[in-house]
Amino acid sequence: MSTKPPATGVAADIPLEEQLDWLRSMQEIRFFEEECHRLFARGLVRGSTHLAQGQEAVNVGACRALRVTDTMACTYRGHAAVLAKGAPLDRAFGEILGKAEGLCGGKGGSMHLTDMSVGAIGSFAIIGAHLPIVLGTALTEQYEGRDGVSLCFFGDGSTNIGAFHEALNMASIWKLPVVYVCENNLYGEYSPLATTTPIERLADRAASYGMPGVTIDGNDIGVVHETIASAVARARAGEGPTLVEALTYRHKGHSRSDPAAYRPEGELEAWMERDPIVLHERALIEAGVEQSRCEAIRTQAEADVTAALERAMSWAEPSPESRLEHVFA
Amino acid sequence: MSQTITYKQAITMAMADAMEEDERVLLFGEDVAVAGGAFKLSEGLLERFGPRRVRDTPISEQAIIGTAIGSALSGLRPIAEIMFADFAGVCFDGIANEMAKYRYMTGGQVTMPATIRLGNGAGTGFAAQHSQAVENWFLNVPGLKIVVPGTPADAYGLLRSAIRDPDPVLFFEHKHLFGTKGEVEDAPALVEIGRAEVVRPGTDVTLVATQLMRLRAVAAAEALSAEGISVEVIDPRSLVPLDVATIGESLDRTNHLVVAQESSHDGSWGATLVARLMATHFESLDSPPLLVGGDDTPIPYAGPLEELWIPSVDRIADGVRRTLAYGHPA
Repeated sequence: MSTKPPATGVAADIPLEEQLDWLRSMQEIRFFEEECHRLFARGLVRGSTHLAQGQEAVNVGACRALRVTDTMACTYRGHAAVLAKGAPLDRAFGEILGKAEGLCGGKGGSMHLTDMSVGAIGSFAIIGAHLPIVLGTALTEQYEGRDGVSLCFFGDGSTNIGAFHEALNMASIWKLPVVYVCENNLYGEYSPLATTTPIERLADRAASYGMPGVTIDGNDIGVVHETIASAVARARAGEGPTLVEALTYRHKGHSRSDPAAYRPEGELEAWMERDPIVLHERALIEAGVEQSRCEAIRTQAEADVTAALERAMSWAEPSPESRLEHVFA
Repeated sequence: MSQTITYKQAITMAMADAMEEDERVLLFGEDVAVAGGAFKLSEGLLERFGPRRVRDTPISEQAIIGTAIGSALSGLRPIAEIMFADFAGVCFDGIANEMAKYRYMTGGQVTMPATIRLGNGAGTGFAAQHSQAVENWFLNVPGLKIVVPGTPADAYGLLRSAIRDPDPVLFFEHKHLFGTKGEVEDAPALVEIGRAEVVRPGTDVTLVATQLMRLRAVAAAEALSAEGISVEVIDPRSLVPLDVATIGESLDRTNHLVVAQESSHDGSWGATLVARLMATHFESLDSPPLLVGGDDTPIPYAGPLEELWIPSVDRIADGVRRTLAYGHPA
């Protein structure tokens, strides 16, 4: 149960070229979600959409510690996680726009992005529902004698639902290769954590399940990557699950209908100073990367997102008949 | 050659044969391994297949269902036991919101070959929270197959089919039938899911029933034959898919429909069947369809009260008589 030292924003033992690719991924996700915000405002996104701007370092840092064949499950605030695991920008846009070529053929939408081909096994919109499901994907690896790992993202609010307890308990007694990553963004929907949860450090809950629990700075991608890589290595070695609490902050409200007026004055501003993209960029430059290189990555990411959205917008609506497909195999 | 086995033995044998046939099949649930199951349905399987494939879980139905979902979508063929079907209430989200919709919501990226076995039904004095006909809860959840065997042969054959099925199957095992006996081949046959069985041919009335009610329907039919009434008893054997065609064809010949079910009326499979046939076979009917079921109450504990709640042979037979008497007052 340790709190890591302050942000460094860069990982000592990872080649800078690879860390520049982390930056590219975070930038793409940021632009992707800004576009989602605009698409929603234009009435092109149905239902609601839950943005993770500000939390990108948790998703990218963690997913980059996984193999493509490892699996990842996340929440309805899942655009960032699914893209970080490797889903294509255009088909992710396509799904959110309800297009035939969307990741799920337009049957899932913003809250359910899934791309099995890259191990993104689902975005779950019932709080905590996926925590028990990753027991099964992890069991398959153990059962088949393989060393794949299942990573599970969830929010701070999920730690108060019963499935959390059942899942972490069983993961531990079966020594399943799972890494549970709590994205603690301080609010469960509109409620500050302190009003719903009697302890400050959610990683402390790991003690109940006899597994390691660690709290880290989730806005420092270097720290996230290092922590998850070590938990993944532990899982691969058959030593069982780990609970990681990554402290982070969502820049926007819970959903598109939430202006987040409940946040105390100055809180957002303080976290904006610790924007994970800004921190990482600054650290890369301090490590010797030319500023122009970072700017070029940003410009390219924006262009790639724009082009992906244009492609997705051009795609057809799903055929009426497709609504009847995929109920059964 | 054939052999006589119990319903319970049929279930154990089906799991063993499936595990023998396919290395991807495994079983987990509360006390299914060391104890051999609360109802001893998995007795001997741990000894035969080892702790990798036969696993005890904590008392955690959400974890059990989650494990079934995750292992099925990643290539295994899990059999998960929910000891009493009523405990499906504890993991309803996993079954109804996740397992049933996973393939659909991902646009067909996922197949879900999971079998959930649930101890179902009344008549054994377990009171209101351990006796319900839970299959009815899931009728309005597209994406689940629902199987309700009433004989040892069907329990074996349908369970084997369920385990091979690429979709999630809820397999309801009626607790009151565990000790009932029936004939099966030495190598028992698989039974296709979605095919009703005409249990007893007849000409005057179509009587549809599953599980315990199937047995009572046959007994009622035998009693009525002494009165010169010829009853055709049909067991749908699965509720999703439901073999409406076989029942409808029977109704076209008999022109009278009675359904006996171990459930109150609203939201039940019997009510669904009646509504469907009213829409498609209205012209065939010479009398209003009759549903013989339980009262609109929870299931009571005391023996005489529970027996009043569950349709008896007499109540079913009386329903048939009243149906045939429609329009012919005594």
